Amino acid sequence: MTEKKYWKWKEIETHTSINDLPPVPLSLPNYGSLGETGDWRTFRPEIDKSKCNKCYICWMYCPEAVIEIDKDGYPNIDYVYCKGCMICAHECPKKAIEQVREKKEPEGE
Amino acid sequence: MVKLKELIKDPVAGEEYFLKGNSSCAGCGGELAFRWIMKALGKRTIVVAPASCFNVTIGLYPRAGPAIPYLNMAFAAGAATCSGIVAGLAARKKLDPSMEDITVLCFAGDGGTIDIGIQGLSGAAERGTDFIYICYDNEAYMNTGTQRSGGTPFGAWTTTTPTGKKEHKKNVPMIMAAHGIPYVATACAGYPLDLYQKVLKAKKIKGTKYIHVLAPCAPGWRFPTEQAIEVGRKAVQTGMWILYEIEDGKMTLSGPSKNLLDKKNRKPIEEYIKLQGRFRNISPEDVKVLQKWVDRQWEDLKIRLACQS
Repeated sequence: MTEKKYWKWKEIETHTSINDLPPVPLSLPNYGSLGETGDWRTFRPEIDKSKCNKCYICWMYCPEAVIEIDKDGYPNIDYVYCKGCMICAHECPKKAIEQVREKKEPEGE
Repeated sequence: MVKLKELIKDPVAGEEYFLKGNSSCAGCGGELAFRWIMKALGKRTIVVAPASCFNVTIGLYPRAGPAIPYLNMAFAAGAATCSGIVAGLAARKKLDPSMEDITVLCFAGDGGTIDIGIQGLSGAAERGTDFIYICYDNEAYMNTGTQRSGGTPFGAWTTTTPTGKKEHKKNVPMIMAAHGIPYVATACAGYPLDLYQKVLKAKKIKGTKYIHVLAPCAPGWRFPTEQAIEVGRKAVQTGMWILYEIEDGKMTLSGPSKNLLDKKNRKPIEEYIKLQGRFRNISPEDVKVLQKWVDRQWEDLKIRLACQS
């Protein structure tokens, strides 16, 4: 029973009040334990699907586990959490991942 | 050899156990190692982490990166805590047989293993505690800002050795092999599948298991983040880091290290050194000293391999 209460697998929990927290000082597993780490990036990896041969080497080497495989079998990058280490672009044997500089968002958005 | 396409669909290895958005640095070798270790061990694992980067990378309260029970522990107490957990589990198993499949893992850094934690580790190995001890070795105290540790190689810059370290790296896997424990292995974050298979093997063995993983650290070793895998690979190809397993005293070289016993097949260590900023000020004499040390490690292995066959 307790496992179900504290273990929300693949769900993002939002704590609105202190009463939502467990009674003991225990951190709950969740995505973004340090916030949206995507804004650390200087460069953004972009996958060119026409060059991709689905070898999944990018998936294997991604330390942050932000590369997910979609329905068609192509890797997809979660830009909310991707820290932009560029290991995927460097290791891709087909050079299908491009390194694109992040642009500053216009103010007011 | 495992195939990536099968691993993605695997119910255990296809899951992620260290969730994205945690506070590890971009391109962290230790994080990649932990990701693959957990893919091998699965959900039924208790992790103990003595003071290391991995007390910080799990993120801020009330959220946590690891989706498994994860205990932050004092520096010297990693293996001792595991001994306590294993004893507690042994008592609980009598009441609840479903707890039989729980693995206890100690995931410590090189400071928590090589310098401060070695007494606890040695004690647990002597008692034969049934747990896996994995040291991820980033060759300095990276969490507190790159101070020298027993794992730092000769000639490397750290904040406490600004002119380069004058002593050689401690060979902890061999110290653990001398305890006579059933499984000792070395791995590298540059070869995740090799690490995955070694952890899978260790999971099935009863007794104390020790795996030493070299984890390249981009901010501490001073290289661009995208080269993390390449640095790990070069460490193995130049012979600076040797991949092997010792099962019940029998040693076998594994993966890419198999062909490197002959000196001609090894790349010169300059290829590994020039990638990293921490070796920027190393003198040519010191490079020779380091190369000599690497060759001596291999000579020792050659004698050991020749004696056991």
